[in-house]
Amino acid sequence: MGEALLNRQAVFEGLAQNVAIQALRAAHPDAMTDARFDRGELTLVIDADQIRAACRTLQTAGYNFLEDVTCVDWYPADPRFQVTYHILSHTLKERVRLHAMVGSLDPSIDSITPVWPSANYYEREVWDLFGIRFNGHPGLRRIMMPEEWEGHPLRKDYPVEGYR
Amino acid sequence: MADELNNPHAPEIPGFVETATLVRPRPEEGPKDRTMVLNMGPQHPSTHGVLRVVLEIDGETVVKLVPDIGYLHTGIEKTCEAKFWQQVVPLTDRIDYLCPMTNNLAFCLAGEKLLQLEIPERAQWMRVLLNELTRLNSHLVWLGTHAMDIGALTVFLYTFREREEILRIFEHVSGQRMMTSYFRIGGLALDPPLDFFDSVQALIKILPEKIDEYENLLTGNPIFINRLKGVGYLSPADAVALGVTGPPARSTGIDWDLRRDMPYTGYEKFKFEVPISTEGDVWARYLVRLKEMRESVKICQQALDGMPEGPIKADAPHVVLPDREKMKTQMEALIYHFKIVTEGFQVPAGEVYQAVESPRGEMGYYAVSDGTAKPYRVHMRNPSFATLQALETMCVGRLIADVVAVIGSIDIVLGEIDR
Repeated sequence: MGEALLNRQAVFEGLAQNVAIQALRAAHPDAMTDARFDRGELTLVIDADQIRAACRTLQTAGYNFLEDVTCVDWYPADPRFQVTYHILSHTLKERVRLHAMVGSLDPSIDSITPVWPSANYYEREVWDLFGIRFNGHPGLRRIMMPEEWEGHPLRKDYPVEGYR
Repeated sequence: MADELNNPHAPEIPGFVETATLVRPRPEEGPKDRTMVLNMGPQHPSTHGVLRVVLEIDGETVVKLVPDIGYLHTGIEKTCEAKFWQQVVPLTDRIDYLCPMTNNLAFCLAGEKLLQLEIPERAQWMRVLLNELTRLNSHLVWLGTHAMDIGALTVFLYTFREREEILRIFEHVSGQRMMTSYFRIGGLALDPPLDFFDSVQALIKILPEKIDEYENLLTGNPIFINRLKGVGYLSPADAVALGVTGPPARSTGIDWDLRRDMPYTGYEKFKFEVPISTEGDVWARYLVRLKEMRESVKICQQALDGMPEGPIKADAPHVVLPDREKMKTQMEALIYHFKIVTEGFQVPAGEVYQAVESPRGEMGYYAVSDGTAKPYRVHMRNPSFATLQALETMCVGRLIADVVAVIGSIDIVLGEIDR
């Protein structure tokens, strides 16, 4: 699994040959705000405003398959929401995880459906369960909960039991 | 809330009515004279559960198709956050009820990665063996129901005959037919019973000829071929763009199987082929899955032949429940047992994503720990959920009857779509 590299500098030095890091550093030098390599998995923290551009860069670099988009609510920390992308490369047989931190007040981030159409359902799910708006999404509406539902159930301040 | 419902981004198709407004049709926006909107499901038998598909049709030709899901949403991800790590395992069974062991495995591997546990060889081989039996079980259900959708009712009886044998083996080893919950973070729940390997051997000995039997019923059957060939075409580029994985992706020519390309739980020690087709239609998916079943039988045989001896649980007393016998004789084991059951075990903070090849494609578990005994977040990336996005691409321009064939061919399980 290799040793854990827990900050940006250590990752840049330890994984200098990594295609994702190289491509992102070349195309968007200021987009990567942090990086971690832990338990054999690479995590890159991307500035939320540049997420679509970063995804496009990764796609051209050979990370061709979007596996998943999800979110983690770090309530009451701020920025509160961590939108998480898992991107796979079929040729390199490698996976990279992107984080984009989104604040709690009217949370929104650019949709990556123009890069990968498969983000459509994943982003609708995140909107439904966490209430994060994806700008430029072709049809952002609830997918799991009924359309008239109020609230976003996977938020940490939403109770596990009982009625709304 | 109101402006969230009236979405400005809603698709602008003339005559197409959004699902929320279907209950109260607005006459000024009703279907135009040529096309009509047809509601299929959620109680339609060929939608394999509670899938609802809203079709816009011109005569019998599908113009637009929108799946409407969520009828089976039970909030499993939210429930996970309120349970101890070990209590999540039984919840994972209920996600994809046709491959419970695959779900157990993906979650346990994620937990083990967070804890950085070493799993003994025997447990790993048992996991491989049971996962391949699960794949056979799932593919048998798929084959029976898929053929039944097409109109070949007989096959269902044949496949369920063999599936019953597999379920009997599951019951024998885990005590449950479907909701097995047999894997644990740190190994297996129980030692396999004495005659377990004999009964598996007896089963996989007859399976290849049984698969021949299904092929005799279907592969040369002109009605079956006509209903399947050239239907529901998906290009490799669309498959990647729409997140399609597993047999539907491999039938378009994408040579990707997580068991071979990113091996987990010891799959690198097994020799097997990954069946590929480049046709991309329903027929190709049928052939790919049948070949996969034959490969699974081979993997089972290798697992039986090389099954190592040894412990089935990791040497981690703070995570793995002690043996019953030790618990009754050793004070220390009793304390560990009490602590794990009442307080759970703490998992070091961090996040992992563990993907396994389920019968339907890539099943990924994303687990985040904040260092406590309960998972901070568990997210499941489910293959059917992603594959469903490709349904429209595969069905537009075809007949309604083909929609049924295509839904059968992507082998969806609504439990894992809605979670």
